[in-house]
Amino acid sequence: MTSHRSVRFRRDWIHGWLLLLPAMVFLFAFTHIPAITTIINSFYSTPRGRREAKFLGLTNYERLLDDAVFWKVLGNNLWFALGTIPVSVALAIVMALWVNDKMAGRGFLRMAFFTPTVLPLIAVANIWLFFYTPGFGLIDQLTSALFGWSSVNWLGDPATALNAVIVVTVWKEAGFFMIFYLAALQAIPVTLTEAARIEGASRWTIFWRITFPLMMPTTLFVSINAVINSFRLVDHIFILTDGGPDNASSLLLFYIYETAFRFWETGYGATLTVVLLLLLSLMAIGQFFLFDRRVHYK
Amino acid sequence: MTGRPFSLDQTLNTLAAWLLALLWILPLVYAVWTAIHPGAYEARFVLTAPLTADNFIAAWNAAPFARYFLNTFLLVTLILAGQFLLCTLAAYAFARFRFPGRSILFTLVLLQLLVMPDILIVENYKTMRLLDLVDTIPAIALPYIASGFGIFLLRQTFLTIPRELDEAARIEGASILGILWRVYIPLAKPTYLAYGLVSVSHHWNNFLWPLIVTNSEETRPVTVGLSIFSAIDSGIEWSVINAATLMTTAPLLIAFLLFQRQFVQSFMRAGIK
Repeated sequence: MTSHRSVRFRRDWIHGWLLLLPAMVFLFAFTHIPAITTIINSFYSTPRGRREAKFLGLTNYERLLDDAVFWKVLGNNLWFALGTIPVSVALAIVMALWVNDKMAGRGFLRMAFFTPTVLPLIAVANIWLFFYTPGFGLIDQLTSALFGWSSVNWLGDPATALNAVIVVTVWKEAGFFMIFYLAALQAIPVTLTEAARIEGASRWTIFWRITFPLMMPTTLFVSINAVINSFRLVDHIFILTDGGPDNASSLLLFYIYETAFRFWETGYGATLTVVLLLLLSLMAIGQFFLFDRRVHYK
Repeated sequence: MTGRPFSLDQTLNTLAAWLLALLWILPLVYAVWTAIHPGAYEARFVLTAPLTADNFIAAWNAAPFARYFLNTFLLVTLILAGQFLLCTLAAYAFARFRFPGRSILFTLVLLQLLVMPDILIVENYKTMRLLDLVDTIPAIALPYIASGFGIFLLRQTFLTIPRELDEAARIEGASILGILWRVYIPLAKPTYLAYGLVSVSHHWNNFLWPLIVTNSEETRPVTVGLSIFSAIDSGIEWSVINAATLMTTAPLLIAFLLFQRQFVQSFMRAGIK
């Protein structure tokens, strides 16, 4: 009896491992091992030609601390996250509430909100680039016609470049997050809101007391996604500003790209990547603990 | 339930919703406008502006877009096929087998949702150089084939399938892979569709990694091709650039407009599991 069982177990082990093997090979080869070698290489110099990488200890990290561009880019990324996440999440909730309502033309509404999600960020940037063109672009034409403003170089001015990039990102992301809220809204029992309405609760009260708390798991999910995206989405920067002017709109991943693939300093690139990895893990942990207490599970 | 009486609240909401929707769709409408009209009407909006296909023709002839499309098609197909195969096997293992190391390995899979290959560009490039794969389509695809997201999604679906079904198949003499093929995969079809749509649109749109790892016409996907095309400062007209932009997104956009409901439901399904 027992021997029979253990044979079954052993067979299960082998089957399980064999089924997992191909996926694990790829997972380790392109995610876990590179993550570890990134950390190792961050302590080494960049190999050049026949010269091998040399162990530098903390030199790369000292350079990091003294690197004004790094701090600027880090600040930019923080501002980028603060600028995109709350706005796109709030917009997503509003959009979802509207689309979920029995509203005239909600098919069109849903299509309009969601379409930017399907477009490549590169294409989106191309379209917006024209909007931002000084003098000639649509935004300048509108502001000069409506308010008589003179032409503004939105992408060329260090004061506005990053914000212009943020606008494009919000436009692209809000509709994507809307979908998740839509799913959450549809899972809330109608009886709950009907009961509240009969009791005389206003839409506002219903939203803050019932809908919003019940959507907390979605908010957790969406904001984790949004945080990851704020470090991952840099495609549009290539087209819109190329990180400029004077790194005013450069983000961490873009700086990593520049360091490693334009200046070919892969050692320092690895050091920068370590910072990105650290930030992502910290934020995931922090967000989990912050939200955990407030999330209402059904 | 039927026909709520007219309310100011409702009307204002509808109005605001429509305004935002129009604002949201405006960039796209604008791109279409410039693409189908001659360059002179880039910023002049007259209904009588003559229609033209010249911009599309000019864009098509100015860069090897046919080749770029082929590359993207091959890339997306390769990734999807690889993901379906690897993620299915792995998800099956996690959902139905007990073996030592299962929970640690599953944690490692989930970790990929946070630490994506997108971020590890420096090291992955070194790996590709080591494998002598730089500037090939497999090089773009390989890092994405073992998708943590795909494994997770399929595992969740497989877990909902009653065990009695695979017991029944086992009694009939089906092998382990036979059970997977005849019981699990057919029942998970909606998940495959959802994951497929999400994966295809994600990799159709991907840019940074393909930009790094390709450097010739024969391997570049459309996104990289488009960025090179529009980055040339040789005074290519806006209308032509917009035509190229629309052209490269057209297959996805048309598919989306035709299968809107499925798309939205797929993204929803992929997100809430």
